[in-house]
Amino acid sequence: MSNAVAHADEHAHAAHHPALQHHFDTMAQQKEAAVVGMWVFLLTEILFFGGLFAAYMVYRIWYFDAFAEASRSLSLFWGGLNTAVLIGSSLTMAMAVRCAQTNKRTATVNWLVLTMVLGTVFLGVKVIEYADKFEHHHVPGYNFQWAAHEAPAAGEHAPAALAASEGAAAAEGHRELSLNADQLQLTTQIYFSLYFTMTGLHALHMIIGIGIMLVITWMAYKGRFDEEYYTPVEMAGLYWHFVDIVWIFLFPLLYLVERHV
Amino acid sequence: MKIFGIPVFPEQASTFAKDVDALYFFIFATSAFFAVVVAIAVIYFGIRYHKTHDGEIGARIEGSLPLELLWSVIPTIIAMVMFGWGATVFYHLRRPPAEAMHVYAVGKQWMWKFQHLEGQREINELHIPAGRPIKITISSEDVLHSLYFPAFRTKMDAIPGRYTELWFEAQTPGEYHIFCAEYCGTNHAGMIGTVTVLEPAQYQAWLQGGGLEGTLAERGAKLFNDLACSTCHLDTGQGRGPSLKDIVGKTVDLQDGSSVMVDEAYLRESILNSQAKIVKGFQPLMPTFQGLVSEENLVALIEHVKSMSPNATTATVPATGAAAATPNPAAAAAEKK
Amino acid sequence: MLDKLKIPERHYLNNGHGLASWLLTKDHKRIAIMYLISISVMFFLGGLFAVGIRLELATPAGDFVSADAYNKFFTAHGVIMVFFFLIPSIPAVLGNFLIPPMIGAKDLAFPRINLLSLYIYWIGGIFTLYAMLSGGVDTGWTFYTPYSATGSNSNVVPVALGVFIAGFSSILTGLNFIVTIHRMRAPGMTWFRLPLFVWAHYATSLVQVLGTPVIAITIVMLGVERGLGFGIFDPARGGDPVLFQHLFWFYSHPAVYIMILPALGVQSELISTFSRKTIFGYSFVAFSSLAIAVFGFIVWAHHMFVAGISTYAAMVFSFLSFSVAIPSAVKVFNWTATLYKGAISFETPMLYAYGFMGLFAIGGLTGLFLATLGMDIHLHDTYFVVAHFHYIMVGGAIMGYMGGLHFWWPKITGRMYSEFFSRIAAILVFVGFNLTFLPQFVVGYLGMPRRYHSYPDEMQVLNVMSSAGASVLGLGYFLPVLYLLWSLKNGEVAGANPWGASGLEWQTQSPPLTENFIEAPVVDHEPYEYEHVVAKEKHLV
Repeated sequence: MSNAVAHADEHAHAAHHPALQHHFDTMAQQKEAAVVGMWVFLLTEILFFGGLFAAYMVYRIWYFDAFAEASRSLSLFWGGLNTAVLIGSSLTMAMAVRCAQTNKRTATVNWLVLTMVLGTVFLGVKVIEYADKFEHHHVPGYNFQWAAHEAPAAGEHAPAALAASEGAAAAEGHRELSLNADQLQLTTQIYFSLYFTMTGLHALHMIIGIGIMLVITWMAYKGRFDEEYYTPVEMAGLYWHFVDIVWIFLFPLLYLVERHV
Repeated sequence: MKIFGIPVFPEQASTFAKDVDALYFFIFATSAFFAVVVAIAVIYFGIRYHKTHDGEIGARIEGSLPLELLWSVIPTIIAMVMFGWGATVFYHLRRPPAEAMHVYAVGKQWMWKFQHLEGQREINELHIPAGRPIKITISSEDVLHSLYFPAFRTKMDAIPGRYTELWFEAQTPGEYHIFCAEYCGTNHAGMIGTVTVLEPAQYQAWLQGGGLEGTLAERGAKLFNDLACSTCHLDTGQGRGPSLKDIVGKTVDLQDGSSVMVDEAYLRESILNSQAKIVKGFQPLMPTFQGLVSEENLVALIEHVKSMSPNATTATVPATGAAAATPNPAAAAAEKK
Repeated sequence: MLDKLKIPERHYLNNGHGLASWLLTKDHKRIAIMYLISISVMFFLGGLFAVGIRLELATPAGDFVSADAYNKFFTAHGVIMVFFFLIPSIPAVLGNFLIPPMIGAKDLAFPRINLLSLYIYWIGGIFTLYAMLSGGVDTGWTFYTPYSATGSNSNVVPVALGVFIAGFSSILTGLNFIVTIHRMRAPGMTWFRLPLFVWAHYATSLVQVLGTPVIAITIVMLGVERGLGFGIFDPARGGDPVLFQHLFWFYSHPAVYIMILPALGVQSELISTFSRKTIFGYSFVAFSSLAIAVFGFIVWAHHMFVAGISTYAAMVFSFLSFSVAIPSAVKVFNWTATLYKGAISFETPMLYAYGFMGLFAIGGLTGLFLATLGMDIHLHDTYFVVAHFHYIMVGGAIMGYMGGLHFWWPKITGRMYSEFFSRIAAILVFVGFNLTFLPQFVVGYLGMPRRYHSYPDEMQVLNVMSSAGASVLGLGYFLPVLYLLWSLKNGEVAGANPWGASGLEWQTQSPPLTENFIEAPVVDHEPYEYEHVVAKEKHLV
């Protein structure tokens, strides 16, 4: 696209920053635009997940017992581990942004790689948890089977000690259920429908995040960023923190429905 | 009302029709007044201030706070009047009187099935007496439907898994449309019928003509035996299930410590999802009848249980409408947003 | 003076030739042109289905097409018109083209995202059209559960997916506008010097950004329910079908404001320009747009008064619904007051603006009937509702779009269209529209439910009137295609500011340069000051 006239005007400084796009006047304006845009996008994302949270809220009130019962079949160990991993990855992401800001190229790349590794660990754990759900026929649909009062499903994958203590906790917290097998079959399915939709969409966001980070790491490696221009790293950071925060809500809502007992 | 033989206004065949039409004419007159004022102003200004020469520009008038307030406040007041009036009519539409005659309606792709307490069953036809409040309890066997009586100015959605209700008092004998107003699939437009409003005497005559299987409650009693309900639910209270005598309209304590008012919604839930709310002191032994009892038989059973409580005055869905009806197969009744 | 006018040597249209120069462009104006072509195709496609509907309803018996085909017709009409024509219409075409020059910017904040939104729109459109052609879908554009989840045997998932994808196009456009309006204004272009068109688009963008993700997630839930057998809305699986309606209308009611708010913005520009007078009560008109956008989010359950919501919830939502009426009324009164002591002329855009006033007023006032509880019970899901929302979405939004298109056509193409034919078309649209939809109010009050393939005999006359009016309306919509295309080669050269309008977009050449302005503009006066326009013209002569 020809820019014959552009730049012939009053703000033709001797040297534009190479990353400055033609329709912005200054780097500051360009960055502000990106930041506002990213926050607006995150607002959109909040409402996107908000629809699911609204559905969750309704059914949790309707079917509290089923939700409590079904959430016991999730492994606190894996869920807790993933929470820690994700919070850790937010830290490494923040470090990456800081290093980009201070123009430390190698450190930026390293922190970004570490963030991606942690993200991948999270997804790996999610695969283990999903596989377990498949095994136990806890995936909603035609093969869904809810066997009441079964042991915490992920127990066998967790370290023995933890499994034992969890089993004990489950036994302690075991209370009279007002639901029979037929109803559990029906209503726990709603829980798992929401579980898979929510965690699935969250995982999709993580995959997209890792994809974005691959590109950004490559850009950082090539030395595209400096003190004046590190917007992509910062934007990826905002996105990653958002995905993290969604999990901070998902974890208690899905794993800790009635674990306070 | 007809113009050149073309109907342009629906017949007023119920007490509501007059209320709703009065409201309609009020809103119409108010709206027309404002529309005409604006139209006259716009056309008059267009002629009066027509541009006469090149380069002419309009007077520089930036605005006027008093005017802005005037035309914000006046419409607000008028809107509040409309709201208040509309809400009053609506409240009335949602409160069936206790003495209302009861009819059950079931929507099914693509027909309306009506059942009278006296046992008559009709499809896409409904016979009712004039001058008596009629309450219709509505359910659906498949998807959403909406039972609509334009001549009575009322409608209500049929929602699978719940009871909803509407009521009206027909005044003018005659035949009127029944429509399904909520899109329900291929033959949605075919889900129409006729409601026949009869003089009370004629209605009595009509009742004599049908009902070969006995009343709705009698049919329910037969089902009660056929489904072996009667083996556990003994009137003596000694059975494995609670006695159903004189329970409708009462509040019973449940196993989990809460209590519930026995109404249609609770009876429905207890038949379909028998374990949802177990009465205190009983074991959760009853099988669920989800999928085994059709919506029509369900209302027959409920009528039978209600007939065992002859003194109960209200056994209906609470007047807050369908909201409090229990979602199927809810473990807990939920107030919907 | 006119015969001296020439199309400028360089402008955005001849800056690069060939398909790639269009498909890879980052110029908001070229993207707007591609949107214009795309939505026009969609409009006539959606219109074709409307023809099918009106032909079927010309007779009471369902004898033109089968019930199944009819259901697919009105679904296709609704889906295409709502998601692929009305929602992108003014924002993606006129907003895209005009917001940067109106605020003195070279482009939108994110030109590549702008292009991306167009591609997303195309992909969504292709999905939807594929689903329509390979069997269609029969749920209605509202996709109500449980019918859409379990009852229907048609292509629900591909259509829903198409709508889902197109939603992101809408989100990205809104996001781009918000950032552009916040961060790209020229020096001196303060918030209260923004054209009201821009204010309206700001309000629209808020709705797009906050509402659209909710329909997206609702469609995801519907998709996993239908596609994977998850249980969410299906009562047979323990779900609540009414929850779908809550989520659906949480977006789809505000979506109406995505359609009408930009048209209100266009209307403000037209009324001011063709009465050569500043808009009466600028800040009230500006803030009423925001008020409509905000109130729009808290009225959704007025679509559900007979859907089994509680009596008291219905009362709250009825009350809130009236709150939207007030800012709408304020706008109409301010436009009327603007005309007072103006210097009014009736070029084609002003004819559309006058038509808009009438149709929007009827559409808005009939909304009062539907917000009134006792009234809505009778009117809900009848042709009264159909007529009401067509008055808003067709009478309002499309009149605004047509008015805007005629107003800015000389800016977009540099040429004028035939004034004679365009006036005829404007009148045909107005007359045809009223002939089509006024009888529907009557037949709606008579009780004719919407989405009926056949209907009782006594309602035929009114339906025939409606069908007859639709043919006039169709002619009115088709005529502009001819004279606008004709004007591209043969129209008179328009010059920079043919209407004597005051906006910044008229200060630059027509068609504009790729960068919009030769010199970055600096704004030193209030909006709609026609004294400046006249002074400048005199100076030029």
